Amino acid sequence: MKASHSYWQLFCAVYCKDLTLAFRQRAEIVNPLLFFLIVITLFPLAIGPEPALLSRMAPGIIWVAALLSTMLGLDKVFRDDFNDGSLEQLIASSYPLPLSVLAKVLAHWTITGLPMVLMAPVFALLMNLDTQLLTATLLTLLIGTPLLSFIGAIGAALTVALQKGGILMSLLVLPLYIPVLIFATSAIDTSSMSLAYGGQLAILGAMLAVAAVMAPLAISSALKVSVS
Amino acid sequence: MWKWLHPYAKAERAYQLCNTLLPYFTVFTVVCLVVGWVWGLAYAPADYQQKDSYRIIFIHVPSAILSMGAYSSMAIAAIVALVWQLRNAELAVVAIAPVGAAMTVIALVTGAAWGKPMWGAWWVWDARLTSELILLFLYLGVLSLYHAFEDKKSAGKAACILAIVGVINLPIIHFSVEWWNTLHQGATITKFDTSAIDPSMLWPLLINIVAFAGFVGVVTLIRLKNEILQREKHRPWVRDLVSRG
Amino acid sequence: MLEIKSVTCVKQERCLFESLSFALDAGQIMQVEGPNGAGKTSLLRIIAGFANADDGDVTFEGYSISERYDDFAAELLFIGHKTGVNGQLTAYENVCHWLDVHGYQRAENIYDILAQLGLVGLEDVPVRTLSAGQQRRVALARLWMNNAKVWILDEPFTALDKKGVAMLQQQFMHQLDRGGAILLTTHQDLTAQFSGLKKVILEYRH
Repeated sequence: MKASHSYWQLFCAVYCKDLTLAFRQRAEIVNPLLFFLIVITLFPLAIGPEPALLSRMAPGIIWVAALLSTMLGLDKVFRDDFNDGSLEQLIASSYPLPLSVLAKVLAHWTITGLPMVLMAPVFALLMNLDTQLLTATLLTLLIGTPLLSFIGAIGAALTVALQKGGILMSLLVLPLYIPVLIFATSAIDTSSMSLAYGGQLAILGAMLAVAAVMAPLAISSALKVSVS
Repeated sequence: MWKWLHPYAKAERAYQLCNTLLPYFTVFTVVCLVVGWVWGLAYAPADYQQKDSYRIIFIHVPSAILSMGAYSSMAIAAIVALVWQLRNAELAVVAIAPVGAAMTVIALVTGAAWGKPMWGAWWVWDARLTSELILLFLYLGVLSLYHAFEDKKSAGKAACILAIVGVINLPIIHFSVEWWNTLHQGATITKFDTSAIDPSMLWPLLINIVAFAGFVGVVTLIRLKNEILQREKHRPWVRDLVSRG
Repeated sequence: MLEIKSVTCVKQERCLFESLSFALDAGQIMQVEGPNGAGKTSLLRIIAGFANADDGDVTFEGYSISERYDDFAAELLFIGHKTGVNGQLTAYENVCHWLDVHGYQRAENIYDILAQLGLVGLEDVPVRTLSAGQQRRVALARLWMNNAKVWILDEPFTALDKKGVAMLQQQFMHQLDRGGAILLTTHQDLTAQFSGLKKVILEYRH
């Protein structure tokens, strides 16, 4: 009966389960996206609608909104599995836990990060961005949002055993988001001056590579602490 | 490493070690602090540009250095705690964290106070001040995570993991903030000339740095003793200790 | 096969058990007994490797489980209070997911086993709409499709009706016959069905 299964199949099983669950409750996908949109709408109302001012502030606004809406879904990544005991079953599986964790984080990105990337053209219109800036925004979101999911999941794993972990999680995670914010917004800024922004993207990519390797390990040990 | 550490894995031995070290640390710290402060604040010559207001560096610089130093020692203790499963190292993490946070606050407040005459504003988004502020957030994260757990065993481990994640991120954050600052630097910020500091000011500064390190050591040792006693309060050796007075 | 060597557990500053030692061999069933709050669940979670003991060690076939946890996990089936059944998924999906995650092939007889457990016609509705006993059966379906050497079950009989209890006991027999071991907590009396039943009794300690 046992085990001609491969790591790839385990990865798919975990990834597909989270995606299936998200599609059964579509609010999980739609709500962060709506939140993203509403936060972006608030800024022109707060600072005034001049197009020049808006396109100057757009990178910052889009990225701060992206940070906040990623936080919304993060708490759910491990909480349901923790509450119903699926997390224990994942730990008690003979497969390495970081692999399941990787699948879950990527599922979170597919549910919250990817839709934001896809919706970026709409936000760009609202913020009065031209094509050049739009491309830069798209690229930074594409590399940056998975990074947000990886870093954020560490906080989610550390606080999953706490009753009111949500706010604490934001406190732990937001300072760690600062480098992502700096490099992503500066890439967009640089592109607005028609300069090459490959350097910033490369740094973001390097951070993503490091996070993809290290974060699952940190998350796994955090989950083991939370379950015990 | 293990052979050397192993005896101190026992809480009682660690407690005794704290007790032995504490008097030496205290005497050393008090002597250094008195010498450093008197020399720095009263006898060192005044700066030709900043007059007497520069003297705040004798507090600002040591506390800033120690805020980073305390974070790295906290992270080292966290790695030891997780790799060798040493509970005392976990307690050390918990003992250092508030001390480091306090050093960070001192560095921030003195930095702001120094900024007022120099820059004309209490706060400017200077790279070092900003990094220091983020460092404070990291400290507060470790502390609030520790206090959020009811089960102190899990709390200690969670705090250790967060401390390690933080120490990996700290250089990245520092570098990115520095880089961000050079990008956005406005005309109002005037950098201090980085010419070599005069020996008559350098010596009291060095003594003060050593004194602050000793101070962090003293407070950490006292806190570690308390943490050990609290964690082990049902063990026989603690009861003996209490009954002996 | 499974040895518990002078294990101590302290929770919320209360010592639940101290220097507890026993062994569980192939083909044996062992019941952990004790009043509420005596530390039965804590003991099972330490043996399953979720929590660390404050002192002592658990070994499986000679190796310490904390050192080679993945090897131990391959031979372990654990069902706790929280059964790991997701309410949004159907019974069939739940079973399949569990099989995938634990590296078992999806057998062709999953529907047969669910039917045998009295879940005919309920295989494809979300589990949260089922009754507590039926949800428990979905979790217990795993016992019919694994070859783990050690079963660790926390209150497996909760919410089951008489027929369910009888079926479960029969499956226990099957596990013991093929040389597996079972460690469980329950308030049911099992001595009549299992003559070789071993017991660990935990007292409530203040």
